[in-house]
Amino acid sequence: MNTIEPEGQDDSLDSAWVLVFLAWLVASASTLGALFLSQVMDIAPCVLCWYQRIFMFPLVFILPAGLFPFDARLVRYAFPLTVVGWMIALFHVLLVTGVVPENISPCTQGIPCKDQPIEWFGFLTIPLLSIIAFSLIGLLLLSTYIKASK
Amino acid sequence: MKKRVQVKKGVQIKKESPQLQKAIFIGSAVLLALVFVLGIFLYESERLDKSAKAAEQNQILLAREHAPRLGPADAKVHIVEFLDPACGTCREFYPLVKDMMKANRDKIRLSLRYAPFHAGSDNVVRVLEAARKQNKFWQTLEAVLASQPYWAPNHKAQVELLWPQLGNLGLDFERIKRDMYAPEIDRVIAQDVADAKALNVTKTPEFFVNGRPLPSFGYEQLKKLVDDAVATAYR
Repeated sequence: MNTIEPEGQDDSLDSAWVLVFLAWLVASASTLGALFLSQVMDIAPCVLCWYQRIFMFPLVFILPAGLFPFDARLVRYAFPLTVVGWMIALFHVLLVTGVVPENISPCTQGIPCKDQPIEWFGFLTIPLLSIIAFSLIGLLLLSTYIKASK
Repeated sequence: MKKRVQVKKGVQIKKESPQLQKAIFIGSAVLLALVFVLGIFLYESERLDKSAKAAEQNQILLAREHAPRLGPADAKVHIVEFLDPACGTCREFYPLVKDMMKANRDKIRLSLRYAPFHAGSDNVVRVLEAARKQNKFWQTLEAVLASQPYWAPNHKAQVELLWPQLGNLGLDFERIKRDMYAPEIDRVIAQDVADAKALNVTKTPEFFVNGRPLPSFGYEQLKKLVDDAVATAYR
């Protein structure tokens, strides 16, 4: 019993590390993707996109800080960003799909948030990609928390 | 004693895996960066290809009769500039293009097209076109560009701030205000905006030299494109 326990603990630590690492991969891919859309493809980000960026970009740097050495408490720091980013993404998706009427949206001037320059496969818009990314990161961080508190 | 061994074992495992973890992390970071750079490369080369093809097919779009022009009509090098009067870079490029034309006297002609991307900038285009009816287009354009910071605060063109800047050009303002909403000016703007879209012009200024777009944006690139075109046309 005594000899098995530390190995088991180490295993769970390792898989928690992998979960956070995957979350970092998602955040980094999203960040680079967002930069590609705005800087390379010249699609100007609307106000809501900027707010989502504000909550996505820091994850690229915060998550690795908890990876080396592994520190499960990083969930406490990264999760609030993820939740707020997810909520903004949800609002954006609802706006694009028309559930939220445009007149209560904060994007009255500049680049309209409702118009979607990209619709891959006929449904995959940028806010949809964003909410998928935030959801993945949120789920990965939650699993990390559960794994680490066991 | 037993406990100590346990801890040691744990430490050992931990010591080994960070190396692997670091390798995985750095490897992924490098891979992501490579994919990003490769993506830029592929996208840019495809875009360039597309715009070169578009420009080739759309020589008509680049040779519209209505565009204000400068330089002799028989000059063999034709620069088409898509310009937004409220765009700061357009303001900086204007004298550079003029210098190029001066350096290659009678070999270059310039056509100006409008790409009023900034908010309110279409009204300034209307003023320019109305001034053109009084044969004061180029003076007005120069005054408009020179005074840009005064009438376009925060990148928003405000035509009411523009009037005082055009004071000493001898323009008939009553006539300008009457002319600027004429339907033929609507047509000019609509045509230029449609052509800009067809030619993939998304930023200003954009230049086409004998139909060829800039490979990438910059003064050096423009100068090289112009110098090459002059060398080919007048060899």
